[in-house]
Amino acid sequence: MTGADILVEALEREGVTTIFAYPGGASMAMHQALTRSKKIRTYLPRHEQGGVFAAEGYARATGRAGVCMATSGPGATNLVTGIADAFLDSTPLVAITGQVPQAMIGKGAFQETDVFSVTAQIVKHNYLVTDINDIARIVKEAFHIAQTGRPGPVLIDVPKNIQMGKTQPVWPTEVNLRGYKPDVRCGDHELNELMGFIRQAKKPMIYFGGGIISGHAHAELLEFAERTQIPTAGTLMGLGAFPQSHELSLRWLGMHGTVYSNNAVNEADLLIAVGVRFDDRVTGKLSEFCKHGTIVHIDIDNAEINKNKVVRLPIQSDVKFALTRLNALLEQAGYARKSKGFDLYPEWRAQIAEWKEGFPFCYQDSEDAIQPQYAIELLHKMTKGQAIITTGVGQHQMWAAQFYPVDEPRQFISSLGLGSMGYGYPSALGAKVARPDREVIDIDGDGSFVMNIQELAMARVEGIAAKALVLNNLHLGMVVQWEDRFFASNRGHTFLGLFEDEARVVADTKTIYPDFMKICDGFGIPSRRVEHKKDLAEAMQWFLEQKTACVLEVMVPYTEHVLPMIPAGATYKDVIYEGKKTLQAGEGL
Amino acid sequence: MRHTISVLVENKFGVLTRIAGMFSGRGFNIDTLNVAPTLEASTSRMTIVVTGDDTVLEQVTKQLHKLIDVIEIEDYRDNEVVERELLLMRVKVDSTNRNEVMQLCDIFRARAVDVQHEVLGIEVTGNESKIDKFLMLMGKFGITELSRTGRVALARKAL
Repeated sequence: MTGADILVEALEREGVTTIFAYPGGASMAMHQALTRSKKIRTYLPRHEQGGVFAAEGYARATGRAGVCMATSGPGATNLVTGIADAFLDSTPLVAITGQVPQAMIGKGAFQETDVFSVTAQIVKHNYLVTDINDIARIVKEAFHIAQTGRPGPVLIDVPKNIQMGKTQPVWPTEVNLRGYKPDVRCGDHELNELMGFIRQAKKPMIYFGGGIISGHAHAELLEFAERTQIPTAGTLMGLGAFPQSHELSLRWLGMHGTVYSNNAVNEADLLIAVGVRFDDRVTGKLSEFCKHGTIVHIDIDNAEINKNKVVRLPIQSDVKFALTRLNALLEQAGYARKSKGFDLYPEWRAQIAEWKEGFPFCYQDSEDAIQPQYAIELLHKMTKGQAIITTGVGQHQMWAAQFYPVDEPRQFISSLGLGSMGYGYPSALGAKVARPDREVIDIDGDGSFVMNIQELAMARVEGIAAKALVLNNLHLGMVVQWEDRFFASNRGHTFLGLFEDEARVVADTKTIYPDFMKICDGFGIPSRRVEHKKDLAEAMQWFLEQKTACVLEVMVPYTEHVLPMIPAGATYKDVIYEGKKTLQAGEGL
Repeated sequence: MRHTISVLVENKFGVLTRIAGMFSGRGFNIDTLNVAPTLEASTSRMTIVVTGDDTVLEQVTKQLHKLIDVIEIEDYRDNEVVERELLLMRVKVDSTNRNEVMQLCDIFRARAVDVQHEVLGIEVTGNESKIDKFLMLMGKFGITELSRTGRVALARKAL
């Protein structure tokens, strides 16, 4: 077999059915092998970044490693943002790149880049294949590493001569890596110490994150909360790991999260942090974060423990194991599970209820203009909260998290650690390929959407029915918001339209640029634009009735700010919350 | 504070890149780094000297553990340990001071490894403070060139 055929069969043996791959000189042998595969469908993105984001969307929707492929040099460097993205969001990803033939490595050959070194600091692990007989083992190891422990990206760089060489493969049956032992389980003594804290606590909180989703532990988390009756606040990575409609949910915390979750986490006397990493967008000023509380940190990655915040009780463990074991200990200790009628911590619950009442997500009502929050709420209502949501990066991303509350894991897919604009639509395509049974909608901004707009072609040609709701304000809204708050509204290249002299709060038909409908037309994607509130429901109906990919462009004012907001490096007491505006979440519908 | 850590790694392509990159990427400083194969050809031992407090050392150790190619880490904070460096240098000499230089070499158990009319090549091993002292003394005569290894270390312990 050729090296390329061995590689493709190795992928098949790992259960791969989907690959997002863009060919080039140094990877075409692998594409030739892919044409011979009966198990793997190759999706052709129109830019390698679209391919890697699609693979991420696929991974985030399923929990299995997403797979993408690119050629050497520029093909590989175009993957870099997506690899870094997967690294920061702990997304299982296997990226395969072609490399120039071994004899030409280091000679400055055409389309040569030292991708191994370029990606070394943004992967969980990477390989340069130097012997054709290593391919089968390396592919098996790559999937093992990407998908176990704390998941992450793995890159395999395959020189062209190795793809074209021939050998008799030996398929490994197991992985043997003496430096990698991902199965970490805590002992009962640590959990008993935590049980002691729970018994003494008066104001306990659970702070959970993406680790619950990648650790498949959402059911265990729900049971843990319902046994202990401890309220929960999630990170954006953790959205859906605990149902936001649950009485014990304080939704999500951090810079733009609910005031009540930030208050509760910061004033808690016991903070049980599970599958989180104390990110700066969550904690604000670290030294002030949950200053007077006892912090317990459960995580599989030992390096996250005491990295940002020094904690009282560190528990390195697989979170599913730790929570399962905790639930058993709780049962023995007489903590009965209930899903309503909570009776523990009455004063704490009363305090939280008061905060919930006083500080809901809200926005200003409008007569004719379409508020972006309203558009998202309407989408939530009309999809019954059942769509899988992806997003770009910016204001629309935060509003999507605020006004499209999700109740299941893997329902909210977004670039959160790296914050990569352009993530929304390609990741929606990947998620839709993985979950064709579900409506998949990219809630996007005009800035982010344009960054990978070429993927409308992948949607059309491959027949992937992922949809985009583009909230168009002709500006980089989040940067504009920071300009308004911290730079006296001086616009530093944050206007994306053409007719700046005519820039108005909501662009109208005359001043809209670019013309997304013409672009969609060019790609063969049906699209509609809405400028008036009265037309939105009907247009949204059309949008949801489409059986193919489609785009709904909603013109929104650029003056709207995402609130609440805790400025970077500040504390929860510095939150900007402009009172109850006219509409609380849900009231405008 | 300076710490010595000994890291057993897979003797594989790119392992030095990963380790050096982890240090620079996470803002840690390497004072010295030594790497060579061990008894087993498939592994290498790195001896790394790092400056930082206990928090830094804890993070360095944990981040090193996360690298797939790192097999084992020994932190010499609490152990009895033998530490050595090797120094090779050229010192300017003439007929008036050659004997004095040679005497100092005797005291420090250094050896002349290259003898020329106007210059002497010297080899010396020892712990860091001994090497520093020797360098200070030789400085008076004029050091024209030197090459110094970082620290290598071995725990003092029974089998």
